[in-house]
Amino acid sequence: MPFALDRIDTLAKRMLLAVQDYSIFCWEATSNLFRRPHYWADIVTQGDLIGVGSLPIVVLTGFFTGAVLALQSAASLAQFGAQAYTGRFVSLSMIRELAPVLTGLMVSGRNASGMASELGSMVVTEQIDAMRALGTDPMKKLVTPRVLATVVTLFLLTIVSDTVGTAGGAAVAVFISKQDGTQYFTSAIQALGYDDIAQGITKPLFFGFIISTVGCFFGMKTSGGTQGVGRSTTQAVVVSSVLIIVCDFVLGRALLWLYSGY
Amino acid sequence: MATGAQGDLKDGPAKLSEPVVVFENVSIRFDGPPVLENVSFQVNPGETRILLGPAGVGKSVLLKLANGLLRPDSGRIFLFGEEITAMAEEQLLKLRTRTGMVFQEGALFDSLTVRDNVGYTLMERREPIAEIDRRVREALRFVELEHTYSMLPASLSGGMRRRVAIARAIIDQPELLLYDSPTGGLDPVTSTTIDELIIKERDVYRTPSLLVTHRLQDAFTMATHRYDETASRMIPLAAGEINASTTFLVLHQGRVVFDGDTAELVASDDPFLKEFLA
Repeated sequence: MPFALDRIDTLAKRMLLAVQDYSIFCWEATSNLFRRPHYWADIVTQGDLIGVGSLPIVVLTGFFTGAVLALQSAASLAQFGAQAYTGRFVSLSMIRELAPVLTGLMVSGRNASGMASELGSMVVTEQIDAMRALGTDPMKKLVTPRVLATVVTLFLLTIVSDTVGTAGGAAVAVFISKQDGTQYFTSAIQALGYDDIAQGITKPLFFGFIISTVGCFFGMKTSGGTQGVGRSTTQAVVVSSVLIIVCDFVLGRALLWLYSGY
Repeated sequence: MATGAQGDLKDGPAKLSEPVVVFENVSIRFDGPPVLENVSFQVNPGETRILLGPAGVGKSVLLKLANGLLRPDSGRIFLFGEEITAMAEEQLLKLRTRTGMVFQEGALFDSLTVRDNVGYTLMERREPIAEIDRRVREALRFVELEHTYSMLPASLSGGMRRRVAIARAIIDQPELLLYDSPTGGLDPVTSTTIDELIIKERDVYRTPSLLVTHRLQDAFTMATHRYDETASRMIPLAAGEINASTTFLVLHQGRVVFDGDTAELVASDDPFLKEFLA
C-alpha cells in the first residue's frame, strides 16, 4: 500500500477505534445510573462544583449577550419602525439558541477541562489504579456522578441564562434605547411558544452529556505524564465545544421538525 | 519501632492451603516487543516472593497482572484459586478487596485526608464512623504515623506517603499484599523503615506477598532479618541463617530467569544473575 494511503488507513482505524471507545464509555457511564452502588454525595458535590461554580460566568455571559442583542437589534429594527419587537427578538434568540449554546460553551471551557485534568492527573499518578485495587469502580465513583451532575446543572444554568439574558436585553432597551419596559416584556413573552421553550431546555440535556462524557473520556484515557494531562485537557475543551456546535445544528433541525413540522 | 497493632489487625488474614497466585505461561505486550513472555510462577500461603530485575523489565506490569489491573494477551492467572484472566471487572473488584496493594509512589488520593485514604475501603462499605476511626488509628499506629491522621498527602514526605499507603493496604487484613517498589526513590534510612514494616507484616501476620524491587539491598534485608515482637524492631538472623518463607524471582528481558530461594540465588552460575548481583 502506498505510504499516503497507509497513513490514511491508520488514521481512519484510530478514529474508528476512538469512536468505539467513546461509545462504550458513554454506555457504561449511563448504565451505571441503574446499578449499585450509587454515590449520591459525590453527585451533590459535583453539582455544587459544576453548577454553583459556573453560575458567575453564566450570569455574566447571559446578561451581556442579551444586552448586546438588544443593542444591535434595536438599531436595525428602528430602521423599519419595528423597535417594539426588540423584546421578541431577544427572548426568541436567547431561549432557542444563544442561552443553551453559550452556557454549554462556557461550562465546557470551565468543566470539561477541569474533569479531563483532574481525572488525567489521577490516571498518571496511579490513583485510578489504586481505586480499582481497593475494589471501587472508577466509572461509578468518578464518571457517572459527573455526568449526572453536569446534565442537571446545565439544564438549570441554561434557565438562569435565559432569564438574565432577557433581563440584559431589557436593561439596554429601557436605559439606552429608551423603550417602554412593559412593551419589551410583553413582546418577549407573547413571542414565546411552547416549542421555543421546549427547544431551549432540551438542548442543554444533550450538551451536558457531551461536556461531561468528553471531559471524563479524555481524562480517563490520559497517558504520557503531565504533558499528557495538558494534551487531554486541550482535547476535551476543543472536542466538546465542536460537538456542542454540531449537536446544536442537528438538534435544532430535529426539534424544528418535531415541533413545527418543517 | 513502636509496639505492633492490636485487635483486628492482630488476627491476621485467613490462612489458605492452595497457592495464592498462580501465573501459567503469561505473556503481554503493548506497542512493541513483548513485555512479559511465558512467565510462570506461584505464590504460596505465607510466602514472600521478591521480584527482582533491572528497571523497565516489566516488574510493575507483572504486579498489576496479579490482581487483574491489566489483562494478559495469553496464558492464565489464578488469584485465590479463581482464574482472573477473563473475569468480568465487576467480579474482579470484589476479589481485589481481598488483596492490598502498595503503589510505586503511594498513589494516595490527594484530595482526601490520611484518615480517609487509609479508611477508604471501610468507608466504601459504609462501616460505622467510630469503627472506621478505630481501625484507621490502629493501621496508622502500625506504620507509626498516628499523628498524620488529619493531614493531606501533599503535606507528607515521600517516605511517610509510602507508610500511609502500607497502612491503607493492610487495614482490611488482606490475604495477599502486592508491593510495587515500596522503597524506590527513598533515602537509605527511610528505606530501612519501610523494609522493617514489610518484615513486620510478614512475620507478625504471615500475609503472603509479592514484592517488586530493583534494590538488592532491600531484597537481602528481607531474607536475612526477622521482626522481633518483644523488642518491637527488626533484627538480623543468626549468621548463615536465612528466612525460609522469602524466595526470589528474577526477570530479564520479559522472562523469569530465576525462581528459587536465597541460597540458590547466591549460588547461581547464570552470567546475568552474577552480573546483576555483583
